[in-house]
Amino acid sequence: MSDATDTGPVLAADGTPLKRSLNRALRREKLRALMLIAPLLLFVLVTFIAPIADMLFRSVENNIVEDTLPRTVVALESWDRMTGEPPDEAVFAALAEDLVIAVETKTHTRLGSRLNYEMTGISSLFRKSGRSVKRWDLATDGPFREKFIELDEDWADVGMWAMIQIYSSRYTSGYFLNSVDLQLSPDGIAAREEDQRIYITLFKRTIFMSLTIMFSCVLLGYPIAWLLANLSAKASNMLLILVLLPFWTSLLVRTSAWKVLLQQQGVINDVLVWVGLVDDGNRLIMINNQFGTIVAMTHILLPFMILPLYSVMQTIPPTYLRAAKSLGATNWTAFWRVYFPQSVPGIGAGCILVFILSIGYYITPELVGGTKGVFISNRIAYHISSSLNWGLGAALGTILLAAVLLLYWAYDKIVGIDNVKLG
Amino acid sequence: MTDSAKDDGFVVFDHVQKSYDGEILVVKDLNLSIGRGEFLTMLGPSGSGKTTCLMMLAGFETATHGDIRLGGKPINNIPPHKRGIGMVFQNYALFPHMTIAENLSFPLEVRKIGKSDREAKVKRALDMVEMGDFGGRRPAQLSGGQQQRVALARALVFEPELVLMDEPLGALDKQLREKMQFEITHLAHSLGITVVYVTHDQTEALTMSDRVAVFDDGRIQQIAPPDQLYEAPENSFVAQFIGENNTMEGTIEEIKNGVALVKLDSGGMIDAKPINVSKAGERTRVSIRPERVEYNRDRLSPDAHTLKAEVLEFIYMGDIFRTRLRVGGNDEFIVKTRNAPDQRRLTPGETIEIGWMPDDCRALDA
Repeated sequence: MSDATDTGPVLAADGTPLKRSLNRALRREKLRALMLIAPLLLFVLVTFIAPIADMLFRSVENNIVEDTLPRTVVALESWDRMTGEPPDEAVFAALAEDLVIAVETKTHTRLGSRLNYEMTGISSLFRKSGRSVKRWDLATDGPFREKFIELDEDWADVGMWAMIQIYSSRYTSGYFLNSVDLQLSPDGIAAREEDQRIYITLFKRTIFMSLTIMFSCVLLGYPIAWLLANLSAKASNMLLILVLLPFWTSLLVRTSAWKVLLQQQGVINDVLVWVGLVDDGNRLIMINNQFGTIVAMTHILLPFMILPLYSVMQTIPPTYLRAAKSLGATNWTAFWRVYFPQSVPGIGAGCILVFILSIGYYITPELVGGTKGVFISNRIAYHISSSLNWGLGAALGTILLAAVLLLYWAYDKIVGIDNVKLG
Repeated sequence: MTDSAKDDGFVVFDHVQKSYDGEILVVKDLNLSIGRGEFLTMLGPSGSGKTTCLMMLAGFETATHGDIRLGGKPINNIPPHKRGIGMVFQNYALFPHMTIAENLSFPLEVRKIGKSDREAKVKRALDMVEMGDFGGRRPAQLSGGQQQRVALARALVFEPELVLMDEPLGALDKQLREKMQFEITHLAHSLGITVVYVTHDQTEALTMSDRVAVFDDGRIQQIAPPDQLYEAPENSFVAQFIGENNTMEGTIEEIKNGVALVKLDSGGMIDAKPINVSKAGERTRVSIRPERVEYNRDRLSPDAHTLKAEVLEFIYMGDIFRTRLRVGGNDEFIVKTRNAPDQRRLTPGETIEIGWMPDDCRALDA
């Protein structure tokens, strides 16, 4: 004791500071532990972290204009789009030179498609011009301004040139603006035309429907979890199997089953007509709309609510309820004041699971959602696989990720993440 | 029973039966009357039906047959929350999401008592168990003993006339348990409340209660004040269950002048007090407390019957000596003697003669 306080740091037997010699002793163990998880770490890095980082990057990346038309971009810098005049000969000469090279490498159509996201018609303009420019002789065929305008009068369109100028930088906020129904226009950030505004609606719908699904899961799952936790072991095992059975059934099978049940000629409508509650001519429309999506997804995500609730409720001893009643509380007060607060961590865990799963759900809304019941994720899938506008898909995905993180943060602030028990 | 309390039938079990599965009776024909202000303990091994009785009284179980009356009124069909009975649970059952003060305030809130009244009562109850400074804490921040006090205060705060306690001290260590035993009895008597206390710890039952009801096999085997229970058990079960006991089996030779002459199976004759044996030729199990066995010949009456015994083991325990003897083939015959200056210390291997006052040796059912 006195040795240590007199001479500063505690020393090991051989005179090295104790901390360092402890670290050295532990290093081997740490290394070995690291080696054990190295394969998983590598796997996660390659298949999860890296793609996400790449996707996030794509939402702002915009190299294509400068890479395809390097000279034009430089020449355009001095052009003032506010004059209302198309650029001068220097720009068109640079464009001709760039296009000739682009046509050889066939990159001009890709640029056309990219710019077409922002302004329809540019794609065909590039393709058409590409075919003609191929035959031009750069040294002798000038001046190119007239030639281009003669080729297609869109080349005299100031708006089109402004678009190229706006999107000539290597990074752009354009995708994100598009994701929230805005666009970069020559006059700055502007709202999209009314018939093109879909994403805000989709985001709102996604969040609204995810919340609806989450609350339906709480309402349906809470009593079941309570039964599971309070029935005899035999009965609750049986019930647990019933809860898990859908879990073990293919997602597609379950979704298709809902189609069979909900469609206009389906089981539920048939029964209602047979009973006489619904007129045969006015069969209920329960699928290919929001209702169908909510019903099917509530069913599919219900186990994710029940299981965390069950695991929390299992730890609440029944004596609490008895104690509350012996103290004079009615059944309802005992439940509401004593049991329910203790089950909140389970509700929190279930809600987070269900909400996060449903906000990014794709298959079920795709199959039973129709047009009114689709989620933002279906739009992302469309941009990734059909329209090939990956930048926009990435931006939408990034916003979705940010929304989830934001909600998670809000939950942590309001309820506290320590208050969540996942098992 | 305290002097002031008399059995006025405040709590009455009238031919109460209880079965959970319709095949086995857990409680068989229970008749019990508890007086106002009495501290009654239900003692028995697990599965003897004592906790079931408590739960029926609290209203968490319904009697299959018979009446339970509280203050003269049948309460069979009154739900637990309307019975106004305080209860202390085995694991305290303090609500973990509420502070101590909120826990105590809970029974007052559900009774719609005003805020200022509530605070005064909570404070008084906490002070009563010396936990006044802990109102703002959560149950998890308290030690077992402190939680126990809070649970007690919570069961008392709404001033019930009857308080039930279900093995409330089971989770505490020995020292704390002894301290709490004293505090609970003291509190119960000073407040004048009626307490029904369930335990399987006989020391607890003996030290705390006015009367003890010994349960076995769904019946009350004996109900008596602690001293009677210990000194005058009415049957073999009670004799075995309460305290340490030496038993020997035999046959009644004759019963004369309130003394039974018993011929032991191992040979030898002894005197015993007939309790639930009536005539010669009956099988009996005689029981004698280890501390009532005497091996000093001069302290026994000259005509007392004695038995030969071989000393097997002598254990020095400080205040007492504990000697294990072989008596008529029984190797587990225990004798306890006070460590007095004139007390002879036995050595293993030595052969002695043992005897007792006939009143201390009780001839019970076989």
